[in-house]
Amino acid sequence: MAGKTLMSVHELSFAYGRRTILHEISLNLRGGRLRGLLGPNGSGKTTLFKCCLGFLKVARGQIELEGRSIAEYSPRELAARVAYVPQEHRPAFPYTVREMVEMGRTPHRGAIPALSKADHRAVDQALARLNLTALANENYNHLSGGQRQLVLVARALAQEAALLFLDEPTSSLDFSNQLIVWEAVQSIAREGLGAIICCHDPNHILWFCDEAAAIKDGRILAEGPAREIITRGLLEELYDRPIQTADLNGRSFIYPLTSPREANDA
Amino acid sequence: MTYKRKLITAALLLTLLIILVFPALTAGQYDIEAGKVFGLIWGKISGGETAGISRAQEVIVWRIRLPRLILALTAGLSLAVSGAAYQGCFRNPLVEPYILGVSAGAACGAALAIVYPHIFPQGQLTAFLFALAAVTITYGLARSRGETSSVALVLSGIIVGALFGAVVGIMKYLAADAQLREITFWMMGGLYYATWDDARLTVLCVAPAFIFLWWYGWHLNVLSLGDEEARSLGLNPAFCRFMIIIAATFAAAVCVSTCGVIAWVGLMMPHAARMIFGPDNRWVVPVSALLGGIFLLICDTIARTLAPAEIPLGIVASIVGAPYLLWLLRSKGRDIYGR
Repeated sequence: MAGKTLMSVHELSFAYGRRTILHEISLNLRGGRLRGLLGPNGSGKTTLFKCCLGFLKVARGQIELEGRSIAEYSPRELAARVAYVPQEHRPAFPYTVREMVEMGRTPHRGAIPALSKADHRAVDQALARLNLTALANENYNHLSGGQRQLVLVARALAQEAALLFLDEPTSSLDFSNQLIVWEAVQSIAREGLGAIICCHDPNHILWFCDEAAAIKDGRILAEGPAREIITRGLLEELYDRPIQTADLNGRSFIYPLTSPREANDA
Repeated sequence: MTYKRKLITAALLLTLLIILVFPALTAGQYDIEAGKVFGLIWGKISGGETAGISRAQEVIVWRIRLPRLILALTAGLSLAVSGAAYQGCFRNPLVEPYILGVSAGAACGAALAIVYPHIFPQGQLTAFLFALAAVTITYGLARSRGETSSVALVLSGIIVGALFGAVVGIMKYLAADAQLREITFWMMGGLYYATWDDARLTVLCVAPAFIFLWWYGWHLNVLSLGDEEARSLGLNPAFCRFMIIIAATFAAAVCVSTCGVIAWVGLMMPHAARMIFGPDNRWVVPVSALLGGIFLLICDTIARTLAPAEIPLGIVASIVGAPYLLWLLRSKGRDIYGR
């Protein structure tokens, strides 16, 4: 079920100095939908994220959140509506899992340094939702990469934002942890949140996302339901190499047409 | 550590601090009984009679030891707290309060005032102004295209430090023997000349900075995750960092200009606080303050009493501090930083 439109990007262009990174991007992000963003390195995905999250000031085009331009929101107001899930990393200080998730309450805190009951409840729920309750008092830096990524997702839930931006959450994870993170994000989107996720594996987008957008050289090449737009033609255009798709047991797969070994054999 | 245990530990530290006040006031070249000391202080505060206490004892306790005690506590507090603030701000546990050139600027100002007293009659004020000037230059150099990155700040801090250090070098070269001696002593740090005016001024300047930084403890936590995350969690990182740097620099500059350069406190105390209480800056800031006060009080009492002539405080702090940091690095380094 698609919810209402949360964020709409309209003809957004962005340049660092003379180098134009984004060309007239238009995109709608809706609640209850998981959208994958696919594109080669340097295609402008990160810049698009930074514009949508208010890290970069938009010079041309419009980004609207709930009908209002995001430039009119204060960082605090924006954070109460839009959450950012960065790629997992180790902070310089050894915060516990609980402390990391508590930081998600920043936009909802009052003036007092202590957290309120509502804050603690939201943190407890977020931890429970991602099965992290048992790890709450562990050192965040000592967890596995996959667990750390889940903690960051939990932090976004504690933030109670309607829209989540996930920046390559699975890039540094092993096979199983990638699937765990994807399943968590997918089930969160099923509950009505909107999410957009940057990812380098087209298979994952095909398997887990409702919608997809492909971006290359700062332009949107295709946009729509993931199963419809992720085609052989699109991927070959995106990555400039022959690619094959196949169906197996009702699932679609993408694989390179020539592996190095086949090339040697030929 | 639970909230309750943190509170109890903090209360214990506060008790320790209060206990340490006794030897600090009674011990010295001129031992005075505790009863007399507190009778005198009570008499001074309540405005009553101070019977049975000689004039010399009154001068020693009221004019020398008490302001010195207050100054030691304030200096320890402010250096430790600004260290904690800088470490959170720059996401680097090895940063200290002098990182942006406060000490180099203050040393330069002090050296100028010592060598050219007719141009800079107010030594302390000159040191303070030069300390602020150094940090302002650091900040100005680091700012490019309306942004100030942490790396740029640290690098320009090193540059400015080197520049002001060179001026100190020139002053040392030009100085007469007595002046050279004075510069050297100033740079080793000490509380020899502490007066009530110094104590009052530092407390008045440091107190608001401390309260502000404690209040900003949560912001420090969020800032220590990096600018983009802080921004996505609803803070304006550049503004927060600016405010925190102003408060921390101000507190450090006031103390350096009064007490000279005292190393280690700002680096070690936040570490110790983190080891006991965890990295949450809502605790690290006040606990660093307590530990900084305790540490400098111990060091200053040692500096006053160990040898017939006074040992510079900065040297005592380094001798006590270096083994501690080494131990920390060898035993707990992996634990606390999770690498």
